[in-house]
Amino acid sequence: MKHDQNLGRMFGAPIANVSRRAFLTGIAAGSLILSVGLPARAQEAEKYAGEGMANGLREDPKIFIAIGEDGTVTVLCHRSEMGQGVRTSWPLVVADELEADWSRVKVAQAPGDEPRFGNQDTDGSRSMRHHFMTLRRMGAAARQMLEQAAANQWGVPVAEVEANNHEIVHTTSNRRLGFGEVAKAAADLPVPSRESLKLKDPAKFHYIGKGETPLIDGLDISTGRAQYGIDAKLDGMVHAVIARPPVFGGTVKSYDDAEALKVPGVLKVIAIDPTPAPAVFLPLGGIAVVATNTWAAMKGREALKIEWDDGPNASYSSEEYKATLEAAVRKPGAVVREEGDADKAFAGAAKRIEAEYYIPYLAHATMEPPAALVRVADGKCEAWSCVQSPQATRDHLAQRLGIPVENVTVNVTLLGGGFGRKSKPDYVVEAGLLSQAMGGTPVKVTWTREDDLVNDYFHAVSMERIEAALDDSGKPVAWLHRSAAPTIMSIFAPDPKHEADWEMGMGLVDVPFDIPNVRIENPEAAAHTRIGWFRSVYNVPHAFAIQSFAAELAAAAGRDQKDYLLELIGPARQVDLRNLSVKWNYGEDPSVYLLDTGRLRGVIQTAAEGIGWGRTLPQGSGLGIAGHRSFVSYVAAAVEVQVGEGGALTIPRVDIAIDCGPQINPDRIRSQMEGAVVMGVSLATLGEITFKNGRAEQTNFDTFEVTRIDAAPKEINVHLMPASDYSLPLGGVGEPGVPPVAPALTNAIFAATRKRIRRLPIRDQLA
Amino acid sequence: MAYTLNVNGADHTVDVDGEMPLLWVLRDVLGMTGTKFGCGQALCGACTVHLDGTAVRSCQTFVSDAVGTTVTTIEGLSPDGNHPVQAAWREANVPQCGYCQGGQIMQAASLLKDTPNPTDADIDAAMSGNICRCGTYPRIRAAIKQAATKMAGAQ
Repeated sequence: MKHDQNLGRMFGAPIANVSRRAFLTGIAAGSLILSVGLPARAQEAEKYAGEGMANGLREDPKIFIAIGEDGTVTVLCHRSEMGQGVRTSWPLVVADELEADWSRVKVAQAPGDEPRFGNQDTDGSRSMRHHFMTLRRMGAAARQMLEQAAANQWGVPVAEVEANNHEIVHTTSNRRLGFGEVAKAAADLPVPSRESLKLKDPAKFHYIGKGETPLIDGLDISTGRAQYGIDAKLDGMVHAVIARPPVFGGTVKSYDDAEALKVPGVLKVIAIDPTPAPAVFLPLGGIAVVATNTWAAMKGREALKIEWDDGPNASYSSEEYKATLEAAVRKPGAVVREEGDADKAFAGAAKRIEAEYYIPYLAHATMEPPAALVRVADGKCEAWSCVQSPQATRDHLAQRLGIPVENVTVNVTLLGGGFGRKSKPDYVVEAGLLSQAMGGTPVKVTWTREDDLVNDYFHAVSMERIEAALDDSGKPVAWLHRSAAPTIMSIFAPDPKHEADWEMGMGLVDVPFDIPNVRIENPEAAAHTRIGWFRSVYNVPHAFAIQSFAAELAAAAGRDQKDYLLELIGPARQVDLRNLSVKWNYGEDPSVYLLDTGRLRGVIQTAAEGIGWGRTLPQGSGLGIAGHRSFVSYVAAAVEVQVGEGGALTIPRVDIAIDCGPQINPDRIRSQMEGAVVMGVSLATLGEITFKNGRAEQTNFDTFEVTRIDAAPKEINVHLMPASDYSLPLGGVGEPGVPPVAPALTNAIFAATRKRIRRLPIRDQLA
Repeated sequence: MAYTLNVNGADHTVDVDGEMPLLWVLRDVLGMTGTKFGCGQALCGACTVHLDGTAVRSCQTFVSDAVGTTVTTIEGLSPDGNHPVQAAWREANVPQCGYCQGGQIMQAASLLKDTPNPTDADIDAAMSGNICRCGTYPRIRAAIKQAATKMAGAQ
């Protein structure tokens, strides 16, 4: 639980302590919006990638790399580990450039401090994409400092020494010094300028691109020693669970805690004020029960008598809302992209096809529910928690507790799953408020699974309507797509009714098809629940609709699904997305990260070849495919299904191909693709949160079902598209595997059964 | 009331309600946090421990029912972390976030004790109570088979 915050000092670097007060007043919401990857404000419009994030990038080896006298190399990781493998892949890059021996490399976890470390938001599939080159350069800089220090000690030209496997070698005399022997002298040297850095020849990489590195936390995980937020401990700590409003916007009308206080172990019942909308990441409020252990707190909560005022969403029904969204997409909405003359093309078309697709609310259901331990005492606040956004956590604690942000410390534990849920640190603020109310006693807040599912920041429900005008050959001459979904902006701004540019830039406006007349519209949709980003976010509904509809067009034309899809994409070309009215490119420069249809075609062809597209299958079996660009990577999934008696669905095989540019840790790319397939299957077949009387109807894994090992694909083959050059721009990995899986699956089901699934989840629709 | 539990070879006396789930005794009273809370309803398997060598869900086991048994948690599965299942998990780089993996390993170790050479159907049956939201199932399956092979070779 101890974090080494003295790494910088070992290299003698001053610690920047930029005041964050401006961040917390007035512009807080806007700043936080920036911090979660929304479009940069006007004055920052020219900044992209890591530089475009709040607090940008820091590239200082004296902050991120420490070498002890025993030679141990410690690399500070400022990203949160939530299963993507960053705590392994991050130091691996530094170690390679440094010429360090991996067995002598450790990772330390940075606390939340963006003025010092640069942006720390672990979201948007950005960690390696934004930091690969900074990590390489820092490793190279530290290596050159060690070489210089050794050259100075020997009194020889630095050109005659080189780092090799944790030693500095004088090449002509074969004298050697271990890293630890020159670390202190090296630390006193200036950091070489970027221009003077000598990056390694990739042919000499030991770790980068190899995928043979064991997980740095593998031993701790396999022996139960790994520490997650829910495992944090402090002497004298107490435990809390909270009864939160079951309806979004609800408040406590009255409560009676007499019975709760009689439960053995219950210490105190504390009311938490709700946060008026838009609440950003601040708590829902409610009644907290504080006890000597979690179980007593849960028993105490069961004994509370609470009368809720359910507020404006008291009668909210997701089934009725589905009808509202249907009505919305059947009328014109705000036009967000227009090329050619779609109306004219529809009027003159040989054939017209239309379809609507519904994707429900989803819960993240991280296996570790939200949890935080916080101590607020002596004017200071210190938190230990599983958070994806430690600086936003710090800012929110400071704001709600009224403590200067420099007095707030946020220590980042391992995350037992994130998927976007843990970007929102409401649970940490709850623990802070309770510790404050307990007079400084450390309080651990644990969300139960019921809390997690009922009060999530849900993945948005969505209705997608697509119409196509076809020519005589069955090829579209016009494309009209209306997408209606409540926006994530609803947690940041009062009642926005349209999807944001960055939401519509996730596979809707940037549809990659070669069609002359295109109109894309966004009708209004109001939010009635908390909405938040969920792994791959709005790419899920957009890819499901577009890739399903492409297969429907193929079927209508009597064509092979894959061949038709490739024709729809058209020949290989590179498109500047600004020419398609796309206003957001995952924060990346659209002149660097083009829409490359050749790469999209490549992954589709690779996945198809992998699964043996076109092979003869038994009765009731079928193949389906889908390809999608997201997080500036290209992924295609090809799925084989078998639909048996009574609609029983099995998935013998999935082939998934990713083109993410250079591959830094191929093993973790493979694991992310495997996981994305399972998550995609889970949301396609089982996942749904429904609301009645404003309340989520699914409360645990019996009703919010997720895919288990017996229903997971029997075989998942991951195909990594080779990248020729490590200087090419990197794409994301954590999220882009998810979007193509659901449509590939339902396309396969269509191939097997001629039944078209347009509403997720599939559940019993095959019966 | 006081209960004496044998956990990982050592006796611990705890003064708690007899209906307190073993999970929370382990985590909050004994401070052994390797056993995870995931659902509280025996629906996810994150809290799996062994009672007398057999996998159970500690969230649904009263502490009073654990008295007189041998409780083994992930921290005590092997003295050095080298149970064949643990080793296989590391060799296959199974974990992503790792949170459910303690429960998965305990369940897999119990499976292999009873069924040294499990088929895919055996693995499905034994492991489908353990959810992995990261989706590590293909590697879990491979690691179980690898551990089975190693254990057979060691005999």
